Formats: sequence, structure tokens, C-alpha cells
Amino acid sequence: MNAIEIDKLNVWFDTDDHRVDAVTAATLAVPLGGSFGLVGESGSGKSTILRALTGLVSTWNGSMRVNGDTLGKKRNQHFYRSLQMVFQDPYASLHPRHSVDHVLSETLKLHRFDNIDSRIVDLLNDVGLSPRYRFRYPHQLSGGQRQRVAIARALAPEPKILLLDEPTSALDVSVQAEILNLLTDLREEHQLTFLMVSHNLAVVGHLCSDIAVMQHGEIVETMTVEAMRTLQATHPYTQALLQSSLGYVRE
Amino acid sequence: MTKLLEVADLFVRFPTRNGIFEAVRGVSFSLGQERLGIVGESGSGKSMTGRAILRLIRPPGKVTATRMELEGEDLQSRTERQMRRVRGQRISMVMQDPKFSLNPVMTVGEQIMEAYSLHANAGRAETRRKTIEMLEAVSIRDSERVLKAYPHELSGGMGQRVMIAMMLIPEPQILIADEPTSALDVSVQTQVLHIMDRLVTQRGMGLIFISHDLNLVSSFCDRVLIMYAGQVVETCKADELHQATHPYTRGLLESLPRLDKPQKRLAVLKRDPAWLKDISVGG
Repeated sequence: MNAIEIDKLNVWFDTDDHRVDAVTAATLAVPLGGSFGLVGESGSGKSTILRALTGLVSTWNGSMRVNGDTLGKKRNQHFYRSLQMVFQDPYASLHPRHSVDHVLSETLKLHRFDNIDSRIVDLLNDVGLSPRYRFRYPHQLSGGQRQRVAIARALAPEPKILLLDEPTSALDVSVQAEILNLLTDLREEHQLTFLMVSHNLAVVGHLCSDIAVMQHGEIVETMTVEAMRTLQATHPYTQALLQSSLGYVRE
Repeated sequence: MTKLLEVADLFVRFPTRNGIFEAVRGVSFSLGQERLGIVGESGSGKSMTGRAILRLIRPPGKVTATRMELEGEDLQSRTERQMRRVRGQRISMVMQDPKFSLNPVMTVGEQIMEAYSLHANAGRAETRRKTIEMLEAVSIRDSERVLKAYPHELSGGMGQRVMIAMMLIPEPQILIADEPTSALDVSVQTQVLHIMDRLVTQRGMGLIFISHDLNLVSSFCDRVLIMYAGQVVETCKADELHQATHPYTRGLLESLPRLDKPQKRLAVLKRDPAWLKDISVGG
């Protein structure tokens, strides 16, 4: 069974005088327990697909299915228990005046969990944060620690699917390695399905098994990471992406 | 090779409640007509080094150096007024984020034209022609529209290219580029790198290229300084970066995921407190 199935998804944004088609006829499927990467440059529509899935964008048509359930315009609590999202910028996605404890307990309360206290301890342990960070505020944490808190927040409702929107692009490479290792471990422990967006092919290649390349709102190529590693891209845009990820070439 | 810039024993210090914080500690290097890369993690002092050269560190921050010379002329003894003739005209800087470096209440065209007319003493028609030419050089196709646009009406990549056009239009001898391409898409990134590359090889400009992208620096630059905690821990030829020997550089290189070498877990950098006690190496 597929955890996520997206078929001919269109997403657009209306302004006063014109309409921007952010995603056109995107089709992809992520198998249960799979790990799928969306790559492409900024403005290509990759984050928009994630936002449409989570219900943050309402102007879409086509079909989206999560765990076999077809999604409508509204999402229910059951949906958010099974699917959660981690955002790009841990500086912007945590409330500056809520402590780590507050962020996690609020999420747990909203999802009507009991034993909140012990669950918070477990969550911090899961993401490799020492309990002494529990009552800290975001500004008292480093970038990597904040991203760990954001991941803990996403894991709180015990989802089966995680949407990751550039989870490491705001971090230093050494911290990126720690977060990528954490995500690998969590996926194994909790049997998670990942749908990840990144502009960094090496990061996607590390975490995912299949990728889709997006340009101007369209998926131009879907391939396995194995094929990407051996540079078997057929679309010129994918080839350009691969080329640039290998470094600069003199004229 | 002519020496454009010479820096010796550069310190940048900030007083804090817990004593003096040294953001840059004894950095020395020289720059010729070449691409010099400075790599390191955030907080390693690479941007501070660039800013200190242009005297852009605001009080209470303090900059000291035993030598800071632009083509043999001392920069430290210059007055603020004389420094203004250096900035832009002789040493230019492209900053990381166009959102914070463009004036939000001025059109992009006015800003670029201002940069040119301040330095070139040219007429309006000439300035306009040169501005459009420069925008086209950074691959902005509808330059007429962009000239009339305000910074918030441009995308991040577009804004960054406008910044680069503005910094290059006075034809500086040295360009300090602080993560100039990290906000850009691959296709534009390559174009921008080509522009800077050409300025170095054809016009003999000196380029200080500050970046955290090790692969990019090793393929683009001639020499690299690796910074950690305000010091240069290692310097090497750019194409030999992958054979670097300092444990910090090795740690950074090994923590990168690689397309050609898949691995289940990535190596995590272990920081050795002894690195803080090392003495900065010259470059």
C-alpha cells in the first residue's frame, strides 16, 4: 500500500489581477515505510506540495490520498495524528516565548494524550536532547537543538508519516550530519514514511530511495537514487542539477 | 603575482558582560589576483574577517591588526572619510542576504545607478546604459522592469543578482563575497560564479570568497583558508582541500553526505578543545 498518493495535483495562488500556478499536474506515490525526495530550485513548487498535503493551502484540485483516505478540503484530527511536518527554519517555526516543555505539552494536550510528563521525557530522549533543555526557550538553544525540538514536536502525536521541508538547510554541515543521522534512526525505530523536500541532491541521496525533480511547478523526472548516483538522468534540468552538485566547472 | 591586500594578526573583539569575546583571533593572509576561499562553520569568524577589512565592525566591536595594507597603502590610518573612497570603489562586498542589504524604499534602478554615479562621475544616460548592461551581465533579462522594481518585488535570487551587479559596477580591485550564491538556484549560481571568475582571470580582480560549501570552494577557488573559532587552522590549495590534514577540516569533509559514496550513517564532528589553543596559521 502507498502511504501517500498524489495524482494530477494542481495548486494555484490567486492575486488581484493574475493567478500563479505553483504546481501543475504533479503525480507521485510514496510506499508505506518509504522515503521519497522532492528536489528542485526555489519556486519550483516542491514545498507547495507539502503545504497542500498538510492543508495549509486550500486552492488545489486533483487527488491526494494519505494511508488510503482521500483528502478533502478539511483535515481532521485523525489526519494530523498520522501525518506531521518539520519546517525548514527552526528559528521561525518555534514560538519564541514558549519553552520546549510548553511546545511539546501543548501538542500532546491538543492530541488528547495522557501521561504528558513522561511522554515529554521520552520525546526529548528520542531526539537526543538532554532533559536539562526541557525548560529552555528557543533563543537559549543552538540551531541544531532547535531543529531537534521541532522534530520532537512533529513526533509528539506519534505520526506514521513525516513531511520534511529542507530540514537541514539552515544548519552547518557538522550539525546537518547529526540531524540526518537522527532522522535515519527515527525512521527505523518508528517505521516512519518520509516525504522530504531539499535543494541539496547529496542530502536527498543520503536519506531517500526515490526522487522526483521539479521545475516550474512540474515534476520533470522521477528516478531512483541509485540511478541518480550513477548519473543516469535523462532530463537536461536534472543533469544540470547533478553537474552543479559536483562542484564548479570552469568555462 | 601582485599583492593586492595584506593582513597580519587581525583581531576582532567585542566586550560582553562576561569579558571580551574574540571573534577573530590573529588572522594573517595575503591576497593577490586570485580566488581566495574562506570556509568554516557559522560563528567561525569568516564574515567578521571580511567586514573588518572594510572597517564595517561597529563599536563597541574593536578591530586591531599589525598590518592591513591595500596595495601597500595602510588602511588602518585612514580617516572615515578616506575609507568611504575605498569601500565600493576599490574593495566591494556582496553580503549574504539581499533582504537586509538593499534599501527597501528605493527602486533597484536608483540604487545601482547611485553606486555607479558616485564612483564614475558619468551622465544620466551613460549611467542608465551601464546599469542595464550590468543587469544583463548577471542574467536579468527584463532589466527595464527590474530597474523600476522595489526590492520586495524581486525574488531572493533576483535580489542577490542585483546586489552583485551593484557591487561590480564600480569595477573594484577586490571583491569580498560573503556566501554570495547560497540563496541562488543552481543555474543562476553557475552564472554568477562565471561572472566573478571572469573578473579575476580577465581583469585581475582579487576575490575573497566566503562560504560554508566545501565542494564549491574546492572547485572554484585557488587557495583556501579554513577557519575555526576565529582562527585559521589550516590553509591549502583549493584542489587539495580533500587531502586536508587538520582534524577539524577532516571532520567537516567527512560529515558531508556524498552522492558517489553512499553510507548508512554520517561521521559526526568531534570538537577537540585543544584546537582553541592552536596558533592561527598564515595564508
